Amino acid sequence: MSKSEPVTRRTILKGIVAGAGVAAANAFMPRCFAASAPTKVKLGLMLPYTGTYAALGKNIDDALRLAISERGGKLGGREVEYVVVDDESEPAKGAENANKLVSRDKVDFLIGTVHSGVAMAMVKVATDNDTILVIPNAGAAAATGAACAPNIFRTSFTNWQPGFAMGKVMAGRGLKRAVSVSWDYAAGHESMGGFKEGFATGGGSVEKELALAFPQVEFQAILTEIAATKPELVYTFFAGAGAVKFVKDYAAAGLKNSAPLVGAGFLTDGTLQAQGDAAQGIETTLHYADGLNVPKDKTFRAAFKKATNRDADVYAVQGYDAGQLLAVGLDAVKGDTSARKEMIAAMEKAEIDSPRGRFTLSKAHNPVQDMYLRKVAGLENKFVSVAVKALADPARGCKLV
Amino acid sequence: MSPSRHLPIRRGAVNSCELVGKFRPPVDVLALDDTVMPDIFFLIQVLNGVQYGLLLFLVASGLTLIFGVMRIINLAHGSFYMLGAYLAFSFAERTGNLWLAMLIAVPLTVVVGLVLEAALFRFLYHRDHLYQVLLTYGLILALEEIRSIFFGDDVHGVKVPEFLNFSLRLTPTLSYPVYRLFISAVCIAVGAGLYMFINHTRVGMSVRAGALNREMVQSLGIDIGLIYRLVFALGVALAAFAGMIAAPVASVFPGMGNQILIISFVVVVIGGIGSVKGAFIGSLLIGLADTFGQVFARQISGITLYLLMILVLLWRPEGLFGRAT
Repeated sequence: MSKSEPVTRRTILKGIVAGAGVAAANAFMPRCFAASAPTKVKLGLMLPYTGTYAALGKNIDDALRLAISERGGKLGGREVEYVVVDDESEPAKGAENANKLVSRDKVDFLIGTVHSGVAMAMVKVATDNDTILVIPNAGAAAATGAACAPNIFRTSFTNWQPGFAMGKVMAGRGLKRAVSVSWDYAAGHESMGGFKEGFATGGGSVEKELALAFPQVEFQAILTEIAATKPELVYTFFAGAGAVKFVKDYAAAGLKNSAPLVGAGFLTDGTLQAQGDAAQGIETTLHYADGLNVPKDKTFRAAFKKATNRDADVYAVQGYDAGQLLAVGLDAVKGDTSARKEMIAAMEKAEIDSPRGRFTLSKAHNPVQDMYLRKVAGLENKFVSVAVKALADPARGCKLV
Repeated sequence: MSPSRHLPIRRGAVNSCELVGKFRPPVDVLALDDTVMPDIFFLIQVLNGVQYGLLLFLVASGLTLIFGVMRIINLAHGSFYMLGAYLAFSFAERTGNLWLAMLIAVPLTVVVGLVLEAALFRFLYHRDHLYQVLLTYGLILALEEIRSIFFGDDVHGVKVPEFLNFSLRLTPTLSYPVYRLFISAVCIAVGAGLYMFINHTRVGMSVRAGALNREMVQSLGIDIGLIYRLVFALGVALAAFAGMIAAPVASVFPGMGNQILIISFVVVVIGGIGSVKGAFIGSLLIGLADTFGQVFARQISGITLYLLMILVLLWRPEGLFGRAT
């Protein structure tokens, strides 16, 4: 600059008057346009609050809020506003609901959901609008695989992970012949695929992959098939009512004698009361377990119990970690959501102090986490050992890898 | 057969004590060695199919009555099935006895049926089917919400009554739960009773006549309103009873009625509307088609039922035992 005015008392006075004018104008403007006063961070929670997965959605929601309230109800120094939508676990309404949150409610972050089909609709919307999405449950491979994107994160698992871990454990025991059973849908096939891969590392082979139409729960024909095949073990991916019924029918058919039943952790998660004696001794793999020797787990469980009067479970853990991941991102940019690059970079590098044990994220944004072998004892999935340490999903088809 | 062939069978039977039923070893009724008789698994699949079919019939029997005979489209039938299962669960939990639970719950569901008929359904007999569809769809939503409020959204198990809680050993690796066979026996008894009621009693005759021409029956001096009220309540009670007796094997969970509802309609349509015998045969066909679909045509097992329905309706548009109108 060639010509600079000397700073006089008058210029300072001018500056003060101008500043006051701007401040006064701000007071009369709608808050969302106000530049100086920080607005609330808008979180769009799209979870199942009714239907089969209602209990899961509730736990994720409560734990996420717990993580944020532990930070004084703020993320990156900004207050948080929740916009809640019930996705009803209805894939047909997934895109519409997610679009509403993004376009109408203008949320800064999308969080959801439990059902894989709905989650994939959210992935599509998040990709189209470049909104940051955090998935707190759905394990569909594509979300951090073929459809991965810089703005898509997951704090749960891929269906492949528990399957692979169980395959490795069983192969390590010298078993060679398995049958796998699931519903005929993506999650089931991904889980069975993971098991097959893990089992093959020790030379084991899956002789039959039996898949029933979803959500059928009449298993007698399948059980007879298993009895005829006489495998050394049976791997399953079932959850909820299907898990309860399969475990009971399997025991009643006397198959436990000849072929132990193992599965991804959902087989015995939240279902033990209903499964009763039939579930005792069943081994499963998951990224969470009862009796983990993780200090953070103890404090989290106590805090969750205090806040909700319910017991925490794996879904609550995943919701809690979604909250923690958001905190990492927003703290790094001091709440300035326009600094997207920095925020995403911070989230990518995050090391989450999770109740499940510390984990980092892979290049595809899926947790690189320990898989635990658990065994049912009473009403708990007791920790037995670490099945595979720091297991990363192969993220096949992901361009970020 | 050499003696060594028997060995695995005996060993299996001993090991199973701890696993199949607490202190009850499976009873070796057949215990056929499948290396000797490979077709045994085929026969077991037939048994699976028949057994599943009979269970379907028990559920569909109430629908046969309400939809098939009274000609009321009742989409809430599955919800009554769920209601029964949840009542059985709830009372069995409190009394510790499934039979006692049923004894309390069955009359309760009759009352529910009577109240619903008096409060809602009787206004719709002369209306278009669309009104019935709308009403009963609304009932599905309402009952599902009531279920959620009273029982929550968890999956629950119901214990099999102790004296039926054991298995029959069919092959060295496979046992068959006796409770399933018990359900089959109950289904056959209910089916026979229903057949007698519809086809060989005066009330049954009035019901059938009322379905064809309500005004005519009324003008003959029969209180058709009363009869319908009772029959509707019976239909609701049958659905609920099916839910109760199936609860130990089916488990109790949200939305359990919706799955069974569609299959029940398929059964009634295949069998021919208004025919108890048709529903019975239809159930067995569906049970077998579903079972063998899973064994031989796994890729399309989700649609074998509907393929069967299409074939039957192409061949006989009025269903197997329906009368052309």
